[in-house]
Amino acid sequence: MPADDIDPWDDPTAKPLIRFDRVTKRFGEFTAINNLSLNIFETEFFALLGPSGCGKTTLMRMLAGFESPTEGHIFLSGQDLAPIPPNKRMVNMMFQSYALFPHLTIYDNIAFGLRRQKTPKAELAERVDEMLNLTRLEKFAHRKPDQISGGQRQRVALARSLAKKPKLLLLDEPLGALDKKLRQETQFELMDIQEKTGTTFVIVTHDQEEAMTVASRVAVMDEGQLVQVSTPDVIYEMPNSVYVADFIGDVNLIEGKAKKVEDGIDLNWAENQPTLHCKTNKSVSNGQICHLAIRPEKITIQSDTPETKNKVQGTILDIAYLGNISTYHVQLSSGHVIKAQTSNTRRIARRSFTWEDTVWLSWTETAGIVLDK
Amino acid sequence: MKRYSWFNVTSLAAGFAFLYLPILILIIYSFNENRLVTIWAGFSTKWYVELFQNELFLDAAWVTLQVAVISSTVATVLGVMAAYVLIRAGRFWGQTLFSGLIYAPLVMPEIITGLSLLLLFIGIGLDRGITTIVLAHTTFSMCFVSVVVSSRLVLFDRSLEEAALDLGCTHWQAFQLVTLPNILPAIISGWLLAFTLSLDDLVIASFSAGPGATTLPIRIWSSVRLGVSPEINALSTILIGFVTFGIILASLISKWKSLSNSTDL
Repeated sequence: MPADDIDPWDDPTAKPLIRFDRVTKRFGEFTAINNLSLNIFETEFFALLGPSGCGKTTLMRMLAGFESPTEGHIFLSGQDLAPIPPNKRMVNMMFQSYALFPHLTIYDNIAFGLRRQKTPKAELAERVDEMLNLTRLEKFAHRKPDQISGGQRQRVALARSLAKKPKLLLLDEPLGALDKKLRQETQFELMDIQEKTGTTFVIVTHDQEEAMTVASRVAVMDEGQLVQVSTPDVIYEMPNSVYVADFIGDVNLIEGKAKKVEDGIDLNWAENQPTLHCKTNKSVSNGQICHLAIRPEKITIQSDTPETKNKVQGTILDIAYLGNISTYHVQLSSGHVIKAQTSNTRRIARRSFTWEDTVWLSWTETAGIVLDK
Repeated sequence: MKRYSWFNVTSLAAGFAFLYLPILILIIYSFNENRLVTIWAGFSTKWYVELFQNELFLDAAWVTLQVAVISSTVATVLGVMAAYVLIRAGRFWGQTLFSGLIYAPLVMPEIITGLSLLLLFIGIGLDRGITTIVLAHTTFSMCFVSVVVSSRLVLFDRSLEEAALDLGCTHWQAFQLVTLPNILPAIISGWLLAFTLSLDDLVIASFSAGPGATTLPIRIWSSVRLGVSPEINALSTILIGFVTFGIILASLISKWKSLSNSTDL
């Protein structure tokens, strides 16, 4: 991390490690990547997030060298990658299936890349031991990949791809094959290793929680384009579109006609209902259709009439009890269903609301965000 | 379920009897003292001794072995290459046609294959002998190798090759260091299949063999037409021994291969 306060992506003078310059990739008639430009900086942990088929894997495979752009250029440290074959790039990849060589031991798997570049014996042994140590695999060095567990295989794959000290490590759905508990542990392990080695990581995932946990910046992709590229908190708190708001976490989307007022807009969202007020500096024209996005945890649920301006009344349709939190699905008289979340700070027996109860939902004028696309 | 129920035992016994009883009878009668093949007159190895003094059979055996080794080796190289291209090259123009053409000899009547090869050899003026038998056997056995190897390649995870490239291999190194060791059992069994096919082929060999080179099956067939002699039984027993030894060896090799840890190159 640079010592100054400013992050490299906000610093116009910073030189990116990877630069996608108007890259397009077509497979026959199908456009996988559409005129995409993106900068990724040194020591970043960058996540490409999107549903399957959005082009994130293609983007990664172009970095590794298994695909080449139809149009545009990709630069690594200022050097055009196009003429460099995969085996000559300072880029290594951790495959989704791990792709461990079944006929080699864990030791030989990790040493494979070093042997190809004719590393001297002593140095090779030292480096492999260092990798085994880093991934806590010393005990398994002489086993074959089919003699260890899934979590251990994942670590072998990581060690093997880090052994050559790449400038850039690509991780293709690295935790997809692990169960939830192990996945969460491994996420922290990955972040640890990334910090220790100082390598730039680019991770491809469809799991938004994973992207939010590990990444310094997240790029949300859809249909071969970047929808939003930002830090996890900005992506969550200030999504730039309905697509991003809906893709990341849980959200209530209320559609309505905007009316400009002094410090924001009033949203006329249903007949015979008071308008909803939202502070924003977005320039929205009068009468424009837009969405108000509010996260369920920012909505307060209570039985008395609240004091705030934004309030709606409804009946509880469903309660999703998750242990630490509960999500209430509240149906309004207009037919809208709004989700509100509360922390279960009290025991469930003392829960104030139950099915069919009439409740008030309210939120502050800064809780929501206005989205016009 | 009981493992040794009467049904399991009976069906196993019936199945093995069906497969191996004729061979067993042949082996037993090869040690028969009597000149008449079907009448038992006591144990003897004299037919083996006579066999090894029979120049005709020994020559034929030597030709057969040469043909089998060369043709199965060439067929394995060609078959692996064909399988690799058909499975790995992705979609290319005429792919379906090519794979169809490779597999067609599997179902082609041998007599047609033999006849067409004969016409070709006459047409290009190639004298019939060991060379023509080798060419003919390579032609029909490479498709078997290709079938065996491609069924293994289909299961082989392609990202393994990509990982090898990613870690600094050239395409050839990736094939040599990663693909080859992993499909080796299939290649060995393909070679053995080609070897066995060449060893026992009669029809195609009769079309492509010349006066100077006769294979063992042709020799056996022509001598049987004069009456089955116990010598033939002895010869067949040796052949069976050969094949059994080869198969046991091959399975031991692949077993040892998968157990050994020292695969460092």
